Amino acid sequence: MTDNVLYTYVVRLADDAIILSQRLSEWCGHASHIEEDVALSNIALDLIGQARILYSHAARLEGKGRTEDDICFFRVERQYTNCLLVEQPNADFAVTITRQLFFSAFMLPFWTALKSSGDVILSGLAAKAEKEVAYHLRHSSEWFIRLGDGTPESHSRIEAAVDGLWMYTGELFDVDEITAGLVKRGLAIDPETLRSEWNETINAVLARATISRPDDCWMQIGGRSGEHTEHLGHLLSPMQYLQRSYPGETW
Amino acid sequence: MYTQALNSETVVSTIDDEQKMTAFQARIDREEKIEPNDWMPAAYRKTLIRQISQHAHSEIVGMLPEGNWVTRAPSLKRKAALLAKIQDEGGHGLYLYCAAETLGVTREHLVDQLLSGKAKYSSIFNYPTLNWADVGVVGWLVDGAAIMNQIPLCRCSYGPYARAMIRVCKEESFHQRQGYELLLQMMKGSEDLKEMVQDAVNRMWWPSLMMFGPSDGVSEHSSNSMRWKIKRFTNDDLRQKFVDATVPQAKILGVTLPDPDLVFDEVSGNWKYGEPDWAEFKRVIAGHGVCNKQRLKDRISAHENGAWVREAALVYAEKQKSRMAQSAA
Amino acid sequence: MTENITPIWEVFIRARNGNAHRHAGSIHAADAEMAMQAARDIYTRREEGNSLWVVRSSDIHASDPGDGGMMFDPAADKIYRHPTFYELPEDVGNM
Repeated sequence: MTDNVLYTYVVRLADDAIILSQRLSEWCGHASHIEEDVALSNIALDLIGQARILYSHAARLEGKGRTEDDICFFRVERQYTNCLLVEQPNADFAVTITRQLFFSAFMLPFWTALKSSGDVILSGLAAKAEKEVAYHLRHSSEWFIRLGDGTPESHSRIEAAVDGLWMYTGELFDVDEITAGLVKRGLAIDPETLRSEWNETINAVLARATISRPDDCWMQIGGRSGEHTEHLGHLLSPMQYLQRSYPGETW
Repeated sequence: MYTQALNSETVVSTIDDEQKMTAFQARIDREEKIEPNDWMPAAYRKTLIRQISQHAHSEIVGMLPEGNWVTRAPSLKRKAALLAKIQDEGGHGLYLYCAAETLGVTREHLVDQLLSGKAKYSSIFNYPTLNWADVGVVGWLVDGAAIMNQIPLCRCSYGPYARAMIRVCKEESFHQRQGYELLLQMMKGSEDLKEMVQDAVNRMWWPSLMMFGPSDGVSEHSSNSMRWKIKRFTNDDLRQKFVDATVPQAKILGVTLPDPDLVFDEVSGNWKYGEPDWAEFKRVIAGHGVCNKQRLKDRISAHENGAWVREAALVYAEKQKSRMAQSAA
Repeated sequence: MTENITPIWEVFIRARNGNAHRHAGSIHAADAEMAMQAARDIYTRREEGNSLWVVRSSDIHASDPGDGGMMFDPAADKIYRHPTFYELPEDVGNM
């Protein structure tokens, strides 16, 4: 039986994870110090693990005999449905950490809530992912605080990162008919119910980092319907190059 | 994971007390481990600092050629394995820097030596990774060669180095296997993929043999390192072990090794191999490999781009300390 | 180079409850929280433990190997501290 709606939802989650892990793995070998190189890879590996479970689940839901890799590597920009936040380039460590903080502060209550999903694969994954993201949040918060309350340079870099990424945080809470329908079926989470916890987390971290919260502004959405920023295509090109050049191979 | 015999020997200082020297050597001969605060000859310390830090630098620079493929890994399984492997190398570099630090140098100083071009690292990483099979071949041959070098180092006379190497060897056990498995999989694929594997083997074979350092006859290294049990086998011994282990693996894989002189010697039970191009080895060590400049540049930019991060962490720590002191007062 | 030195921390891991924490190695970090995270990220990637200690290396006071003679050798001849020093008849059984 195919469940297109649930498939769409699961692929969104998978895309979030894989795109962010692809970004984080760009740091590999280039971080500020070895300890952090290893830490960023750890987060990327957690996310790859989540993505694999989700893509495999999506493949089963789709019922066409495709694999996790088929779904991950054989779609074009407009078919990716990750949120815009995770595809934003690493730029500097401040942007990387801020992106991770914004995302993880959402995903922690998200996975906690999703543990009660009626979909057993999702609820099972949620129990595992909740612990992983709890650490990602701790890691990114502590760095965010140190950079915000560190030197004038680190402070202004974090400020710029917050300023640049804030407009992509609204999409985390966006509800379209896919999500709304699944919430009714007890399979998905209404992100609106997570907003106060996200606000609390972010406000507390911003305060400790001596960074003021940006004013409410235009929130850009589009990722869920495949309308991305220009950055995504450049991320996908290297990622898909081998699969596309040698289709049908087993790697 | 990558040691290479590179430098000339440190001359033993005559100032070191003769008696202490004798006692020290007796401890080594009894297979006792030397620990950080123990008395040791200055030349022993110096040799170790140089070798351990070269080893650490090799791990860190070694992240780059494989990192070249991390965003292009063709499946999620391979992506995870590759990232985990490169991450291990970062960890191994860190264990080794820490081991070197027990001898009284700082990591900052050692990194500075690498970035200023004063310190060496294994020549293998100055070769480019040009196709996906290189990732497999690096695992199979480069890590394979490294493991040959490293297992004896687990019994090195210097305790912290030996302990670091035990941890490294334990973690590294999956590195060679994942590389070989990756290649086995590719060899089941189309001609294109098989060609990639053979191409990678052709390019990496000789540089892998060079990882063991110059021939014993011409190696400037040896007597002290052997006497002090920093080194337990000669370069040629280890190289031979590597060749003997690798030839059957190449056969199972279905690739040829690019050495027309490779022949089994019934008498010794070893595979005889041709002479590596030592002129190339010297040239690459001297800085004229394809990637020497690029590798160093990447390390320098990572270091420089990260300076504000490290500084911010230190400044924050200071601020917190004085806040705590104030609130306690 | 004017790079400031980032402090070294010694990492101790308890493999499982019931065991003692054992020295695993060291890491560099600016403060205790960062040291804890680095220790977790570096030393427990393969389920090596369920508890971590991090201690500033500079806070460790080590005995001087030069004092080894006076510190540790005098314990060598105190065989009466060991149960096998005392001979009992066999019919007493385990004691």
